Amino acid sequence: MNRIDAVFTQLRQEKKKAFIPFFVAGIPDYRTIRELVLRLEECGVALIELGVPFSDPLADGPIIQMASTEALKMGVTSRSVFSFVEDLRKITQIPIALLTYCNPIFKYGVERFVSRAITSGVDGIIAPDLPPDESALFTACAKRHNLKTIFLATPTTTHERLKKIASASTGFLYYVSVTGITGPRDTLPGDIRAHLCHIKRITRKPVCVGFGISHEHQARMLAPYADGIIVGSALVRILCQERNKKTAQQRILHIVKKMQRAVNAPRS
Amino acid sequence: MGTSLPNARGYFGDFGGKFVPETLFDCLKELEDTFGKSVKDPSFNREFTQCLNTYAGRPTPLYFAPRLSKEIKPGVRIYLKREDLCHTGAHKINNTIGQILLALRMGKKRIIAETGAGQHGVATATVCAKFGLRCDIYMGQEDIHRQSLNVFRMELLGARVIPVTSGSQTLKDACNEAIRDWVTNVKTTHYLLGSVVGPHPYPLLVRYFQSVIGKEAKKQLRSREERLPHYLIACVGGGSNSIGLFHPFVHDKKVNMIGVEAAGYGLSTGRHAASLVCGEVGVLHGARSYVLQDADGQIKTAHSISAGLDYPGVGPEHAYYKKTRRAHYVAVTDTEALRGFRMLSELEGIIPALEPAHAIAYLPKLAKKLRKGNICIVCLSGRGDKDITIIRGISQKK
Repeated sequence: MNRIDAVFTQLRQEKKKAFIPFFVAGIPDYRTIRELVLRLEECGVALIELGVPFSDPLADGPIIQMASTEALKMGVTSRSVFSFVEDLRKITQIPIALLTYCNPIFKYGVERFVSRAITSGVDGIIAPDLPPDESALFTACAKRHNLKTIFLATPTTTHERLKKIASASTGFLYYVSVTGITGPRDTLPGDIRAHLCHIKRITRKPVCVGFGISHEHQARMLAPYADGIIVGSALVRILCQERNKKTAQQRILHIVKKMQRAVNAPRS
Repeated sequence: MGTSLPNARGYFGDFGGKFVPETLFDCLKELEDTFGKSVKDPSFNREFTQCLNTYAGRPTPLYFAPRLSKEIKPGVRIYLKREDLCHTGAHKINNTIGQILLALRMGKKRIIAETGAGQHGVATATVCAKFGLRCDIYMGQEDIHRQSLNVFRMELLGARVIPVTSGSQTLKDACNEAIRDWVTNVKTTHYLLGSVVGPHPYPLLVRYFQSVIGKEAKKQLRSREERLPHYLIACVGGGSNSIGLFHPFVHDKKVNMIGVEAAGYGLSTGRHAASLVCGEVGVLHGARSYVLQDADGQIKTAHSISAGLDYPGVGPEHAYYKKTRRAHYVAVTDTEALRGFRMLSELEGIIPALEPAHAIAYLPKLAKKLRKGNICIVCLSGRGDKDITIIRGISQKK
């Protein structure tokens, strides 16, 4: 069984929710990310989302843009991310989803990309500029290799498209909480819960919410309506800004532990 | 071929599509529906044509350039389609008038746009002033520096010019930023994209509005020469003036179409903007087309002396014309373009923008293929006022 499917099956049995941290591959360096992944696994983190940097990340706000630019300068590529995951697989079986824009996939070759992802130990792909409408070849390859294709739905997604997205998604469906790009928001739109309930009526697949979430109270508020909560920019910012890597790790662990508690807090 | 494309999914053969974040899908559908209804609505087309005629100054002249013709090859007849005489100084106004009429029909309150040379920004700010809509223009910091006059014009027209400091700080990055803004404010805002690039339906609707160039030229040449031209020549950045000129001739198989890209410092230096001549198939700004990219699929920074051609992608319809060999694509360097700039200024008393100076600069290279009696139409897409500072800078260095 694919590791993403396995983890959601287990979480559902335990009536628990997933907390999913996002990092940009190689920021601040591969060694720090590797140590973080191991520590996070010990803390019970269900799944890791790892961003492959792209020169023109249209769906990303300033924090992830800057981290991507930095990663590209350091020479991070799809190839090096695959090697990193391959190496990581010798010591951990935590599910890993890659976030990548579609052009690096096409350049690598869809078939080769998918097959290399699976052999290196990647479990799923999230491509924010590759909607189901354009992904026939990609989803067919992924299906053959049992690589999960995680598509995004947003507040502007119509009912008809939602059905299409839910049916194309495997592993989980990624619900984008805000109409906009990635980056922490102080307030989230009031109708997220209604949207999530709507999605839940359409699909029984796991639904995880991301974009804009940085506070525990946001995670606590959303967790009952979803299967997982994704936090990216708030963590990436620390890894970009905190010079001392040990301190950065400590700060990330601290936040993740709080978030873990928040998503699994008893409903009041 | 041509008129039935793009297909319902926005593809010209293998090129085009909608590679965009999910947030934009509903809005692209709304734009597609509004455009589909509008083109069938006589009142929309009447209003569009009336704005073009009474506001933008259409039809623009098709000028026979006698001294330029003689210089290139005696016996050859070169015509210039004078888009430089349009209001705001370039063909860009054709598209901004068309799109703002669509935006009004969709009830949008705010317009955003990207700009490279500033010509599209000025044309957008102009129609926003005319129709009373809020206007924010994204422009790369590097371009703000090299096209400062246009920045001032946009501000005079009441637009806000937002500097883009990410990436190469040029047109590509201004597009990224405009798309990010659109993803965030999609309900109230129309993204007035300036070229035949981007996700479907943009390449289709920008072509529709720019085709007035080729339709007029065809009619004008027929009344003068009673025949079709042998060659159409236009510069290609994103490719809107060239598609505008080419498209009405696409079924006229005997008409040769030549798109001239920017070879910057030279194709072998790797510092150019020749996506069709030197690029590979890839996805940029929502469409599959030819792009400049590295071995990992990262988009490369383009280079051209002309800010309007300084873009590492190109419209999907051009990609299709290249693949099917309906059009032929070439590239000329910064230095050659400057020579074209001087040649037209000195021989015809017309100072071209640096973008169409590339098209002019290709004429001497085409000369050996030209035969006596051959007729060429060159799209003179914009005037050179905005480039005077750059040219003066280069002259003083020498």
